[in-house]
Amino acid sequence: MSAPPLLTLRGITKSFPGVLANDRVDLDVHGGEVHAVVGENGAGKSTLMKVLYGFYRPDAGEVRLEGKPIQLQTPHDARRYRIGMVFQEMIQVPALTVAENVALFLPDLPAVIDGPAIAARIRETSERYGLAVDPAAPVWQLSVGEQQRLEIVKLLLANARVLILDEPTRSLAPHEIDGLFQVFANLRRDGYAVVFIAHKLREVLACADRVTVMRRGVVAGSLTRAQATEAALVSLMFGAPMAEPASRATMAGRPAAAPILQLERVSVPAVGHGAGLAEIDLTIRPHEIVGVAGVAGNGQRELGDVILGLEPCRDGVKRLAGADATRWPVATMRASGVVFIPEDARSLAAVGGLTVLENMALGDTRKYARAGGFAIDWDAVRSDLDRSLERLGVSIPSASRPIGTLSGGNVQRVILARELARDPRLIVAFYPTRGLDVRSAIAAREQLLRARDAGAGVLLISEDLDELFALSERLVVLLRGRIVGSGVPAASGTRAGGGLSLEEVGYLMTGAERSARG
Amino acid sequence: MIAGIVRSLLSGSIVSGTPLLYATLAELLSERAGVVNLGLEGVMLVGAVVGFIATVHTGSAAVGLVAAGLAGGVFNLIFAFVVVRRRANQLAAGLTLMFCGVGLSALMGARYVGSQIAGLPELRVPILADLPIVGPALFAHDVLVYAAVPVAALTWWVLFRTRWGLFVRAVGENPVAAFAAGKNPHVVQYQVLFVAGVLGGIAGAHLSLAVARTWAEWMTAGRGFIAVALVIFSTWHPLRAVAGALLFGGAISLQLQLQALGVPLSPFLLDMLPYVLSLAVLAVWGGRARHAAPGSLGRVFQGTP
Amino acid sequence: MADASIVRDARLDTGRRLAAPLGRFAALLAIALALFAAILMLFGRNPLRAYADIFSSTLGSTYGFSETLVKMAPLILTALAAAVPARIWLINVGGEGQLFVGALCATWAAIHLAGLPSFLLLTIMAALGFLGGGLWAAIAGALRASGRVSETISTLLMNYVAILLVNFLVFGPWKDPEGVNYPQTVEFAAGAILPMLGGTRVHLGLVLALVATAVLAFMLARTRWGLEVRAIGGNAEAARRNGIPIERYVLVMMFIGGGLAGLAGMAEVSAIQGRLRPSLSPGYGYSGFLISWMAGGHPAGIVAAAFVLAVITAGGDILQMTQALPGSVVNILMAVVLFVVLGRQAGRR
Repeated sequence: MSAPPLLTLRGITKSFPGVLANDRVDLDVHGGEVHAVVGENGAGKSTLMKVLYGFYRPDAGEVRLEGKPIQLQTPHDARRYRIGMVFQEMIQVPALTVAENVALFLPDLPAVIDGPAIAARIRETSERYGLAVDPAAPVWQLSVGEQQRLEIVKLLLANARVLILDEPTRSLAPHEIDGLFQVFANLRRDGYAVVFIAHKLREVLACADRVTVMRRGVVAGSLTRAQATEAALVSLMFGAPMAEPASRATMAGRPAAAPILQLERVSVPAVGHGAGLAEIDLTIRPHEIVGVAGVAGNGQRELGDVILGLEPCRDGVKRLAGADATRWPVATMRASGVVFIPEDARSLAAVGGLTVLENMALGDTRKYARAGGFAIDWDAVRSDLDRSLERLGVSIPSASRPIGTLSGGNVQRVILARELARDPRLIVAFYPTRGLDVRSAIAAREQLLRARDAGAGVLLISEDLDELFALSERLVVLLRGRIVGSGVPAASGTRAGGGLSLEEVGYLMTGAERSARG
Repeated sequence: MIAGIVRSLLSGSIVSGTPLLYATLAELLSERAGVVNLGLEGVMLVGAVVGFIATVHTGSAAVGLVAAGLAGGVFNLIFAFVVVRRRANQLAAGLTLMFCGVGLSALMGARYVGSQIAGLPELRVPILADLPIVGPALFAHDVLVYAAVPVAALTWWVLFRTRWGLFVRAVGENPVAAFAAGKNPHVVQYQVLFVAGVLGGIAGAHLSLAVARTWAEWMTAGRGFIAVALVIFSTWHPLRAVAGALLFGGAISLQLQLQALGVPLSPFLLDMLPYVLSLAVLAVWGGRARHAAPGSLGRVFQGTP
Repeated sequence: MADASIVRDARLDTGRRLAAPLGRFAALLAIALALFAAILMLFGRNPLRAYADIFSSTLGSTYGFSETLVKMAPLILTALAAAVPARIWLINVGGEGQLFVGALCATWAAIHLAGLPSFLLLTIMAALGFLGGGLWAAIAGALRASGRVSETISTLLMNYVAILLVNFLVFGPWKDPEGVNYPQTVEFAAGAILPMLGGTRVHLGLVLALVATAVLAFMLARTRWGLEVRAIGGNAEAARRNGIPIERYVLVMMFIGGGLAGLAGMAEVSAIQGRLRPSLSPGYGYSGFLISWMAGGHPAGIVAAAFVLAVITAGGDILQMTQALPGSVVNILMAVVLFVVLGRQAGRR
């Protein structure tokens, strides 16, 4: 590791309207080394990686390859310099096969494609580095882990020497993460340089030879494996010890109230590449948070849709507070106190072109309609919005601006205010903290807890196992549309009557064999 | 008598189905690259009129065919520019192309309305054409008919076995991925749209040089739109398009046969058959077919920006 | 979308937007006129003479101007036929067919209820025209709402079915027995003709069109349903999750759009033609769709664009007579105008 770096970035600066994403950033990438980049959301890590790959052109700064300055204007250039990137939203063509996706990126693809030869090369690389993937499979059938392996194979066959991965572990179960780190080890052995944006600190501690910490667009520090301790990293990331995340604070001693939602053997047919649902049994009570763990795409969306009434159940019964709600349309479900907090409020719950006030009115147009629908009582809308925002303790700049002009966090707050203003009995929350910075994420979790305390039942769908373990009274695991495990989230190693440990959830999420444990 | 009807029906299906097949392949290629061209009708008309005029003036149908193909390709490039470079709405641009084609072909063909020509010669396959019933039905056609299925097979091969075809499909499924792979989606779309224009021009030329052997305003009568429906019906697969074109060629031929036989059904009601059939087929199969559509087409048909 | 911004950021498309809409439209019009002039010259015609003919016959006299207004009425209605469904991103290119079906239904009333007092008869004809066109469009709406067929394709195909249906009736059961084999119905009774203004052919249909424009604009901006429509148009997924019944709106919007085109058909057959003929419409349905797109659905823009196209369409008739050009040559001018307009939308999809 005393060899000169393969790739150096000096003084990289990149800004977007309203935000300085990278501020004179320096970075060294060495061959045969695993380099982790950490920082909270919005620190500028993703932007830096995209500059390295040629997707963004920096406003200032230079990139040197083996000491010589190079120009990275487009991803094409990056590939020429043998720099490859595995994206978070992967750039794959789902309808084509693994081999075809790889072929697309091969620099030496002949005019007439030799399918078997490409398949052979894929298999060879797979075996060498532990990246099992089937060349003939259409990509839409692959799991997240397999898609990731496809991406890495693609880069290796395209002669990449530097591999950049943007939060590769976000959607992986614990044992899959171990597998990925083993792949990194194999690559390091052969002299490749691996740069990855880490999601959790313990990943960094597990496999990185070097760590760079970013905070608000600048490099807060760069540590070697020996220097990198959790305390050191935390202090670089936040400048102070991190605030305690919201804890469950269980409602002990409350009598079991009648369930607010019951799903009995609910099934939904699979559509296109989706998972569908098969014989789901689920009960949610007031004052209770039920967490749903699982890799995205295993039926979470269908579960939310069927509860909301967007998707009809082919079989099974759905009850809301005892009443048979199986055939109720969305409007009726909402009128009965079911609300929906989407993973991306801006695209799934808010209509960007309408004003904040109009979006508020949309929450219940019937309530605010006057004169048989020919007019709308905007005063009532206004007062309801103000009241709800005040209860949440937030304020927004202006209610007459199009909601699309607000920041993502503000949009989330408005939607939260709107939904909670209805005093819901059941909240379906999808990945509520994804993409939020730490402060907003903590605030969102607190909102859910407060709603639960006020009597709502909450269905929390999340990929973040830590979050699920911190907030849920009960946990179920969703795999391919079925509930494959349920229980009380328990600390590691314990198995107190019906408890689920983190590792067990990880195995259940991915359908891997459970290992024996005590 | 029955033999004669069967022979006429079979022959008619093939003859009517041929321009449909070329047109469907044109639209299929276009949509595989992520572009919907409702103006195919206009392209066919331009090909038909140019092919006709060229044949009249040079006396050679071969020259006419080449001219028709080139004219169709160039005409489609106008659409390509507006849609690819200027990112205009594909449906509106397509309809505009249709109007342009209708008007342009009417203007160019004004002098030639109704004139008859020999057009494409019939090529009889030596021994096979003498087989009873099947012979004249299958083996006594012009060169475009014989070339139709091979062209469909070639289209399949190019799309699924060559590098360029892979680029085309990638651009149609996920242009960002294609871009990330270093291919410029715009260049690929221009290339595809030119080829599609050539095929569309040839489809039109078959109408004016072989099927009708004359020129009349708007002689395509909506075949360009039927082709768009056929592409969906064949789930964007060139070989299935052959079956579809044959089926619809049969519908067109059937109503001509029924008229010739003096069946006392209004010709107008019979004329409806291809359109109603297209609609019925789509109503039954369409929902399923949508999942087979190239990825970036969804935006166009949902009308989302 | 992050991905789209990546592509744009890497300078794949460098479109720039221009300023002031009206001045811009005038500039585009000028370009289009120049291109059309070039095409005319290519075919040995004098473009200046052609434009002069068009101008004098449409704007140069009171009667000419009234004729332009006459053409505007159906164009505004068919434009609305496309614009209303377009609010929730539905593509209705079936204005032509819906117009014909509306005319067909109105004709039925005109023929079979000829004895009724004029006011009642005309009201029934208008209602049937609206209903006929609306239901014709609603079929396509139902196919779309159930996820089976894109309304673009279905409305296109149904255009041909509608025209053939009218042909069938006019050549067959409804043919005028004294018509010397012309494909047309009997002439309508006086009670079935829409009242006209002064000595011109400007008819009540124009008033209907303008009133419809205003009413629709009000409904969209002020009512509860207008809010829900705007929500669907802004973000259909969010609207659905808010409980707004999207499928119902698909049907209703298509019905309203088709109904407006049907009204255009009723007005044409009642005021202009006086009987049902296959030559009822020179492509008003398609022109209306293109007007709606040019104007971006804005009511004022629709009226303005309808005016421009009315001038062009009226001009086509003149050119046929004075320049010995086929009538459909104006399609080229219309297409050129549209290409120029479409071509300036660089960067917008």
